[in-house]
Amino acid sequence: MKKIISAKEAANMIKDGSSIMVGGFLSCGTPDKIIDELVKLNVSDLTMICNDTSTPGNDRGKLIENRQVKKVIASHIGTNPETGRQMHDGEIEVELVPMGTLIEKIRAKGTGLGGVLTPTGVGTIIEEDKQTMTIDGKKYIFEKPLGADFALIYGTKVDRYGNVSFEGTTRNHNTIMATAAETVIVQADELVDCLDPNEVVIPGLFIDYVVAGEEN
Amino acid sequence: MAVALQELSKEKIREIIAKRAAKEFQNGDVVTLGIGLPTAVADYVPEGINVTFQSENGLLGVGKSQKGDFIDKKIINAGGGYVEAKKGASFYDSQMAFTMMRGGHIDATVLGALQVDEEGSLASWLIPGKFVPGMGGSMDLVVGAKKVIVAMEHTSKGQIKIVKKCNLPLTAYREVNLIITERCVFHVTPQGLVMTDINPMFSVEDIKESVTADFTVSDNLQYMEI
Repeated sequence: MKKIISAKEAANMIKDGSSIMVGGFLSCGTPDKIIDELVKLNVSDLTMICNDTSTPGNDRGKLIENRQVKKVIASHIGTNPETGRQMHDGEIEVELVPMGTLIEKIRAKGTGLGGVLTPTGVGTIIEEDKQTMTIDGKKYIFEKPLGADFALIYGTKVDRYGNVSFEGTTRNHNTIMATAAETVIVQADELVDCLDPNEVVIPGLFIDYVVAGEEN
Repeated sequence: MAVALQELSKEKIREIIAKRAAKEFQNGDVVTLGIGLPTAVADYVPEGINVTFQSENGLLGVGKSQKGDFIDKKIINAGGGYVEAKKGASFYDSQMAFTMMRGGHIDATVLGALQVDEEGSLASWLIPGKFVPGMGGSMDLVVGAKKVIVAMEHTSKGQIKIVKKCNLPLTAYREVNLIITERCVFHVTPQGLVMTDINPMFSVEDIKESVTADFTVSDNLQYMEI
C-alpha cells in the first residue's frame, strides 16, 4: 500500500534547489494541485523539467511567473511569454530539447541506459558540443540520460497500490517521468481501492506517494 | 505583382495553401499537422481520401474541434484545443507518440516554416534574440516522417522565405520534400528545386523575384486552384 498524502505534504518534500520533473502537455494531464501548493510555499531555485511551460496563470506557468524556477528544461516555451521574457532578461536559464529527445533522455534514465542515439537535430545547433556516431552510414547524436529529484505526475485513477490509469490525452510525459526520479508523487483525479490490472498504465512500483485530488 | 498581392486576403492565402497541401495525401495515410496554417489542411482532404490525423500529445484519430457542452477536457490536440477522438482512435504517451513520429511510421507531415532553402533544409523554431518558442516536436517529426511538406505564406511582410541557404537556426538539414505557398509549389529534388505548380495570378518572373533560391520550372507546370 502506498502512502496517501495531501498536495501540501507533497509540496513540503520539495526544497529550494530541488530538480522536479512535471508531467503535462499544456494544461492537460498535469498535477496542478501540487503545483498550487508549491506556489504557496514559494519554494525557489527549482530546476523544472517539463514538456512546456504551459500558459500564463496556469499550473507550471505559475511557477515561472512566481520566479521559483532558476532553470527550465523543456521542448517548448512559446505558449508562456513570461518564460521567454525571463530568459531574454537573463533571469532564467532555458535549455530547449526536441520533444522526442527529451522523452528518450528521461526514458534512458528510467530504464537504466547510458543514453540514446537519435537522428533528431543532426545538422542543427542541437548537435553542437555533443558526441555523434555514424551507424550504417547514418549520423546520430548521443544524448545523455536525464533524471530528477522528484517527478510530479498526474493520473486519472490511481489505486492504493500506486497503480495509475489514464483517460484521454493525459498520459503525455507522465508515464516515462514516473520511472526517472528519486521520489515520484502522483496526483490522482480519483483515488480508488484497486484498479483492474488490465487498466493499469503505470505499475505501482514506480510510485512513492499518492495525492488524492478530491480529498484535498 | 503588387496588385495581385492585395487581392489575396489572409483567408484566401490559407485556403489556397491548405487545399493544395491536402492533395498530397494518399488514401489511408497517417498525417501529422503542425500548428497554425497547417491545421487548416484537415478541412480540405479530398472526398474519397481517408486520412488519419496523429497528434504528438497522444491522440491517433484526431477529430473535429469540440465546443460548448461536448468538451472533454481530457482530450486535446497539440495546440491545446479540445477535440473529438474519432471512431478507431487511440491514446498513448509521449514515448509512443515519438515512436510514431521519429520512427518512420507517419506518412506525411505538413508544417510551417520561417525559411526553407534550396537544399530542403528548414528553419522554424528560433529567431535569435527575438522569437524563441522552442522546437517542440517539430525536429523529430521532420526527421522521421516519410514526406515532409512545408506549407507557408510565400513571403513574410515582404521578406523572402524561400532562400539559397537558411541563415536562421535549422529545424532539420535536408529533410523537406515539398514547399507549398499561395503562389507556387516547389519539389525538392537532388537536382534542386523544381517548380511544379503556379498560381495563375503570378508569372514565373514574379516567382523568381520573390525567392532567392535557384529553381527550374517543370515541363508539366500546373495551375494551382485558387
